[in-house]
Amino acid sequence: MITIGVDVGAKNAKLLVLRDGEIVGKKSRESGFDQETVTNELLAATLAEFGIDRDEVTGICSTGAGRKAVQYAGDKITEVTAAARACFELYPDTKTVIDVGAEEGRAIRSGERGKVEDFAINEKCAAGSGAFTEAMARALEVSVDELGRISLKSDASVPMNAQCAVFAESEVISLLHARTPKQDIAKAIHDAIASRIVSMTRRVGLNKPVVLVGGMARNVGFIHSLNTAMQDEVRIPDAPEMIAAYGAALVAAERAVVAATETGASGPG
Amino acid sequence: MAKEYWRWKEYNWQDEERDWRSASMITGGVDVGSVSSQAVVMADGELFAFSNMRTGSDSPNSALNAMNWALENTGMTIDDFDFIVGTGYGRVNVPFADKAITEIACHARGGNYMYGPTVRTILDMGGQDCKAILCDERGKVTNFLMNDKCAAGTGRGMEVFADLLGIPIEEVGDRSLQVEKEPPPVSSTCVVFAKSEAAGLLRDGWPQSKVLAAYCSAMAHRVFTLLERVGVQPDFAITGGIAKNVGVVNRLEEELGLTALKPKHDTQIAGALGAALFAKALVEKGKARKKKTSVST
Repeated sequence: MITIGVDVGAKNAKLLVLRDGEIVGKKSRESGFDQETVTNELLAATLAEFGIDRDEVTGICSTGAGRKAVQYAGDKITEVTAAARACFELYPDTKTVIDVGAEEGRAIRSGERGKVEDFAINEKCAAGSGAFTEAMARALEVSVDELGRISLKSDASVPMNAQCAVFAESEVISLLHARTPKQDIAKAIHDAIASRIVSMTRRVGLNKPVVLVGGMARNVGFIHSLNTAMQDEVRIPDAPEMIAAYGAALVAAERAVVAATETGASGPG
Repeated sequence: MAKEYWRWKEYNWQDEERDWRSASMITGGVDVGSVSSQAVVMADGELFAFSNMRTGSDSPNSALNAMNWALENTGMTIDDFDFIVGTGYGRVNVPFADKAITEIACHARGGNYMYGPTVRTILDMGGQDCKAILCDERGKVTNFLMNDKCAAGTGRGMEVFADLLGIPIEEVGDRSLQVEKEPPPVSSTCVVFAKSEAAGLLRDGWPQSKVLAAYCSAMAHRVFTLLERVGVQPDFAITGGIAKNVGVVNRLEEELGLTALKPKHDTQIAGALGAALFAKALVEKGKARKKKTSVST
């Protein structure tokens, strides 16, 4: 059985193909402004690349802020449900999922079989999301990857007074003027987001083990700051930004099985 | 270098009709804000000269630069002052000030001078914060609320938008009023997200004026909620840089159902003006300068 999960995030749309529980293909591209067209093209490109016929696909489930734009999805679930479901699949003992994307940060308390027991979301403010690091990287004139890498070289703790990304940008520039080394500023930036994320996570309960997913789980500087703030080693899956799409594909598979069973039970013989 | 649309006019002013040498008391106020700095010189309690400029990356120089600029062509030096009060975010970094007083107190005091004793609510829309201040007939603070955590509803937020749209900040207000029908406000609170939202609206073909209208009305609503919480009482007045933006002011007046008093002076100098008035009151109480400084320029 083949199912597909599509996660339409603020920045990227991600699509993942599952065949009998195994990930057989994944693809992403910028969500852009016309998400309907983007997700249509993403599906066509993936099917072509992995040699899959549209008729072979049993179910498609969409998730993410732009999930309603996916016209071909039979099911739609929230990114919170999707992330918790996927983390349970990868790490069955998961208690907490932290998902930090381009424009949102989420903390999820995960129960039995990845059922969502409680969650907190910050979608109002760029502090505590990927947008914050992007803005800071711009102010420091480094790439986001480099921002993560250089921050590992620092063991200073420079306080950041500003929470707001707009104000933090001015603060970063003042720190540069004061000749603070870039690596120390980079660490201060990651410490600041980590502390925002940890306090949000505490609202739902910070129970270990913790799994970190979303695009920010690619940022080594942020991971280090988060681990330090939580005094723990978070678990990070291989493709952390694909997790919600993976969860959606898993849910599509489960629902296909349930539907088949129900049809089978009510059918003749 | 790209054009800096956020730049507003920096300038100095003096009352050329007046001879300060005949005054019995010279007091000064310096407001070092996070975005702009102002210095005000008062002769016998009347406004004599001021300057209004951008804050540099280090406060002691910003304070001195502002003061020197206010004194330009007046023949006056810092040693001629009877008392100087520093205020604003960088108030502890005014090396030649005799005392530091919070900008909340100074804005209320300056607002009282600028708008008269009937003013009860002063909304100070600054570069990196926004304060709703209630005061009595003498300009004494009775209550206040402040947002200094978030750029939404501050001058910095407006600068970001001026830059995004490539429209000089001083034209934003007028341009935002050039719409036939008021569009719905930008829905994101966060300036970073509002910026992406606006970029999307432009791509959808919205004219610049409509996008500005949507942002000015979002900003007006944001400060309206702050005013609601503190409890607005008439007369109502606005100080700070955004007070010059008719796009925000008109929409806020509409939402409040109140008209803001018209300012007699540059709304950005209210804090420094209040500081200079405090300096005058302190001299009248017998306070004198501790330091006749010889600050090098």
